[in-house]
Amino acid sequence: SDCFGRPIASAPDAWFDVVERHSNDGNKTLQRTTKTSKCLNLGSYNYLGFAAADEYCTPRVIESLKKYSASTCSARVDGGNTKLHTELEELVARFVGKPAAILFGMGYVTNSAIIPILIGKGGLIVSDSLNHISIVNGARGSGATVRVFQHNNPAHLEDVLREQIAGGQPRTHRPWKKIIVIVEGIYSMEGELCNLPEIMAVCKKYKAYTYLDEAHSIGAVGKTGRGVCELLGVDPADVDIMMGTFTKSFGSCGGYIAASKEIIHHLKHACPAHIYATSMSPPAVQQVISAIKVVLGEDGSNRGAKKLAQIRENSNFFRSELQKMGFEVLGDNDSPVMPIMLYNPAKIPAFSRECLRQNVAVVTVAFPATPLLLARARICISASQSREDLIKGLEVISKVGDLIGIKYFPVEQEKVASVDKLKKLE
Amino acid sequence: MDMALPIVNATTAALARVSAAFNAPLARAVVFGVHIDGHLVVEGLLIAVIVFQLSRKSYKPPKKPLSEKEVDELCDEWEPEPLCPPVKERSHIDPAILESAAGPHTTIEGKEVVNFASANYLGLIGNEKLIDSCVGSLEKYGVGSCGPRGFYGTIDVHLDCEAKIANFLGTPDSILYSYGISTIFSVIPAFCKKGDIIVADEGVHWAVQNGLYLSRSTVVYFKHNDMASLASTLEKLTRGNKRTEKIRRYIVVESIYQNSGQIAPLDEIVKLKEKYLFRVILEESHSFGVLGKSGRGLAEHYGVPIDKIDIITAGMGNALATDGGFCTGSARVVDHQRLSSAGYVFSASLPPYLASAAVSAVNYLEENPSVLANLRSNVALLHTG
Repeated sequence: SDCFGRPIASAPDAWFDVVERHSNDGNKTLQRTTKTSKCLNLGSYNYLGFAAADEYCTPRVIESLKKYSASTCSARVDGGNTKLHTELEELVARFVGKPAAILFGMGYVTNSAIIPILIGKGGLIVSDSLNHISIVNGARGSGATVRVFQHNNPAHLEDVLREQIAGGQPRTHRPWKKIIVIVEGIYSMEGELCNLPEIMAVCKKYKAYTYLDEAHSIGAVGKTGRGVCELLGVDPADVDIMMGTFTKSFGSCGGYIAASKEIIHHLKHACPAHIYATSMSPPAVQQVISAIKVVLGEDGSNRGAKKLAQIRENSNFFRSELQKMGFEVLGDNDSPVMPIMLYNPAKIPAFSRECLRQNVAVVTVAFPATPLLLARARICISASQSREDLIKGLEVISKVGDLIGIKYFPVEQEKVASVDKLKKLE
Repeated sequence: MDMALPIVNATTAALARVSAAFNAPLARAVVFGVHIDGHLVVEGLLIAVIVFQLSRKSYKPPKKPLSEKEVDELCDEWEPEPLCPPVKERSHIDPAILESAAGPHTTIEGKEVVNFASANYLGLIGNEKLIDSCVGSLEKYGVGSCGPRGFYGTIDVHLDCEAKIANFLGTPDSILYSYGISTIFSVIPAFCKKGDIIVADEGVHWAVQNGLYLSRSTVVYFKHNDMASLASTLEKLTRGNKRTEKIRRYIVVESIYQNSGQIAPLDEIVKLKEKYLFRVILEESHSFGVLGKSGRGLAEHYGVPIDKIDIITAGMGNALATDGGFCTGSARVVDHQRLSSAGYVFSASLPPYLASAAVSAVNYLEENPSVLANLRSNVALLHTG
């Protein structure tokens, strides 16, 4: 249990301070010490590097904090709506490519509260088998029938849809009121991209609505950071509802939904999470506004474009090097999330502790987030990591991998030599 | 009588003929040395017919699965409902857009207005110390925490905040959530599972109702803030029902009800809880920092020792002028949530500047208990005026 919940004492940037903990009773309870060690951060969701104080964003955030204070203490409709909120909604809608958007204070709540509003009893939800638990909770809470299709398999989705439309509602066989298909842009435990064009084609053919959860992909993939739609060439107007969070790429908190004007209007008046919950904290809103402006290049510099190029380069480099070293790495190219398979649950603490000892902080995931025998270590690449950081990370992981024996694939010897040459050049 | 005699004669004649037939020499055939009487033949035939009928398969209409073409036709015919109902022009809510902080006075469209809409009970919006601590956090930690609590999202301010709140309330430990309403609807399903019994007040707000629904337990409502109704519900559930002694039982109440503004009588609830052996989950979003001599909430207001209440949750978006929520109780209650509460494990942690704002808000409350007196006199003024 000392592998989870490690406290940090600085911003979750490329290098951060991990607080050391020691335990007197065999890791049952852990006490903090005042010592910290600087480690390379390969675990936090910091895709574009906005996690730490940023030269453009932070002064504006502090200004908005002084103007609007840390919280609005009320729900959006009662008096929590500020100019910043409306500005951000318009900006998000423009960024994603949809007519309108609505904000929420937390990503998890967004999914759990929206799905019951859109569909109720008499509807059908078809969701990918590896969807996040917030989607599962929302689907369960809506009262609609839920069916699962095999991960990223459009053929199976088509089979499920045909069977369900022909069969109708269970027991009464009346036709379904509506069907929503829910997929994610990048799956956080696999690092894979969704097979969006084909799934969209299937949904269009069978007149099902699509809901795309871009929590990990907005801002991180795509030429201008607009997410999976841009990367795979899908027109955002085809996807009915696009959802995303600001926690990962934009270094803030909260979630959004972007859809057509009628749907957003309906959500604003019917969604309890909007009507009863405290609105998003104004400095967090300002952080997202500034971050999106940087990404779009509207702050007058090309830092946004540089960050996007950096993260793409970093992910591809890291993934190819890991594969050359013989690790089993999942995920598609261009995806900043890469799980390294460990398989054996006993190797999880070994990997985690050894890496920490050598000042590299990684995240290990086990049951129940993944199946019992498919434990993995998940690396999240960030735009704020430089090439040297990545090489150091690779070295440490390679050493630890040798020690633990997780290099399941044969190592390509000559490619390893070229990595050494690269180091010497730098 | 005249007709009866011929009928009787006819019947006897028929019977005689039938018995003659049975006693006919044919019937007295000998097969393999066994005497077979005539009636045995009839019985044998009957048995053969019965066995034949039983051994036949029952008639089932043949199953015809839909052909591909039929499925295609059905799919083409099917028309979904629109994703959202059409917009009704009358039901247009246009929330006011604030142009400055939501303090007691705020600016809307250039006009300065008095703000009765925000839940800013202690007036901490715009407080200097709060803002300074936030600025310090922002410069050190950035805005977001970029990860769930289990994966490097635990920043030392979070741990400080949890310790501070636990200290303030007098409980062993507390746990922070990243959003006010997600606190209650993650806590309830973490403890109440299918098959448990929950007795809840009718007037609990949406987030609590959502949590009750997600927990899949049996929920029984009692009349809003009516202790007699609560007592009778508890009595009905436990009397003579052996099963209730073995399953977990909870009472869910709010301290100040968001929908009606009434205060729950905690001392009576605790008495009932001890009599009928239920556990109490108390939702203190609107009373934390407001009720009680030093702002410690409903337990202090009624003079009930805090360890009699099993689980206390609160959202910090009201009196403490930050965002997020917390839950306290005994150490085991809090520890259980660190692994099994959905809103804690699977969601990013609270932004660090909000946690430091919470710490300074609690500090402020500890140092200046006179704000509570101000608050109370204002409330009294509004009530009487």
